[in-house]
Amino acid sequence: MRTTRRTALVATAATAVLALGACSGSDPLDGGSASSDAIVVGSQAYYSNEIIAEIYAQALEAEGFTVERNFSIGQRDAYMPALEDGEVQLFPEYTGNLLQFFDPDATATSPEDVYAALQEALPDGLTVLDQSSATDQDSYNVTESFATENDLTSIADLADLDVPLTLGGPAELEQRPYGPQGLKDVYGVDVSFVATGDTTVQDLVAGTVNVANVFSADPRIQTENLVTLEDPEGLFLASNVVPLVNADLADEIADVINPVSAALTPEGLVALNVQSTEEQRSSADIAADWLAENGLA
Amino acid sequence: MNVFADAVAWIFSPDRLTGALPLPEAIWTHLAFTFVAVLIAAAVAIPAGWAIGHTGRGREIAVALSGAARAVPSFGLVLLLVLVLGVTHKVAASVTAFVLLAIPPILAGAYAGVEAVERRVVDGARSVGMTGRQVLFKAEVPLGLPLLIGGLRSATLQVVATVTLAGYVGNWGLGFYIVQGIQIRDFSQILGAALLIVVLAVVLDALFAILQRVVVPRGVAAGRAPDDAPARRRRRLPDPTTA
Repeated sequence: MRTTRRTALVATAATAVLALGACSGSDPLDGGSASSDAIVVGSQAYYSNEIIAEIYAQALEAEGFTVERNFSIGQRDAYMPALEDGEVQLFPEYTGNLLQFFDPDATATSPEDVYAALQEALPDGLTVLDQSSATDQDSYNVTESFATENDLTSIADLADLDVPLTLGGPAELEQRPYGPQGLKDVYGVDVSFVATGDTTVQDLVAGTVNVANVFSADPRIQTENLVTLEDPEGLFLASNVVPLVNADLADEIADVINPVSAALTPEGLVALNVQSTEEQRSSADIAADWLAENGLA
Repeated sequence: MNVFADAVAWIFSPDRLTGALPLPEAIWTHLAFTFVAVLIAAAVAIPAGWAIGHTGRGREIAVALSGAARAVPSFGLVLLLVLVLGVTHKVAASVTAFVLLAIPPILAGAYAGVEAVERRVVDGARSVGMTGRQVLFKAEVPLGLPLLIGGLRSATLQVVATVTLAGYVGNWGLGFYIVQGIQIRDFSQILGAALLIVVLAVVLDALFAILQRVVVPRGVAAGRAPDDAPARRRRRLPDPTTA
């Protein structure tokens, strides 16, 4: 009885070790690849990104392309392998964050420089179409009262504060180049970091953190009276909306997607986001209305 | 190096002592959430379970409620409670979710233990003049302890695994590394943290296995031959983890 049990245990352990050893490649969670003639449009697990992806998808469909939607894939580290493999062929991206992903030491900060550097940094097989004037980038925000009390307009002003600073943001912010380490290196600002997940804005308003990483196109910057701190040293790179495409497909869809990017403005993007967060409309409806308003479908 | 070796290297890297959540603090908060949740759940569920087992009343309601509570998804509950209670009460919100997870197995263990005591023993206790309270605390509770500890053991295992979710709402527990690791695609970090959770679970389970042996009343342990009739009967008792 005891021997059988021990044999079973050893067998289980051996299987586990073998299974773990077998996936010693780069990505143990890699799935299979999709195969079809449809253009696969992907999006991050971020409502604003999904709306833009839906706009691309509907614009392509209006021109007679077959589109497959693969939305809410997660963050960049999660979906980029799928793009490089060609499983996903078109993806709404943000120039600065994308550049930092491929080239963590990039020095460009202005929209044009970032766009130029990005084209250099992209791996073979991927390219970007025209960038839009709409931006959605990480930004550090404080509440209006905290800004007034301490006379804050720029991230640099934080360095002179006596108040202990707590930075809130998604858990991965701790490891990002513009995270706590970047704040210290670029501005000499010491912060402790708290992972606030999906409630970053609520945490800032409630005071559990006093600096928060919020996307610049987030409607709550206006509705919650947040003050976005200026970034004179360019800790955050300019991050304009840009379509990232499979190089083989770029010429074929450029005529459809470039007019979309041209029509999308910073205010327009915030307005799209408001329809999602305040009016709870689906991204498909928001995209259809926007394309109709702009005469693109 | 395979991912397994990378994960072990991640655990023992000196970088684990710095950052927003140093590893010792993560382990400590993970255990603290687990113990606090199980303690609160025990404080609620044990008296209730004893009362149900002793009086035989309310059993159906308890079974139905604890059965239903098992179906509540903890992840959704943690996020919902954070939104309901507000971001200033994240600890309370997550602990509440874990308490609700821990109550069903403890409740089942408590009432099943008392209920499983042979009627002859209870009648005997009554016939020597014990009051209802004495019957409960001198006969039913000690004899039901092994099943109660089994319920606590099962609750602790479920909670120590589920406290991982606290990492979604703040810098707590080993789940923080998993949540962060998924986003930055660091598989050695994800696996390293997951392995530590497994180690915590195995260690806690081993402690409870020992405790379960120790709490068998001496009289019961001494009087029971390995395969006499009561022992066979015991095997047919309801399992506290599924009752």
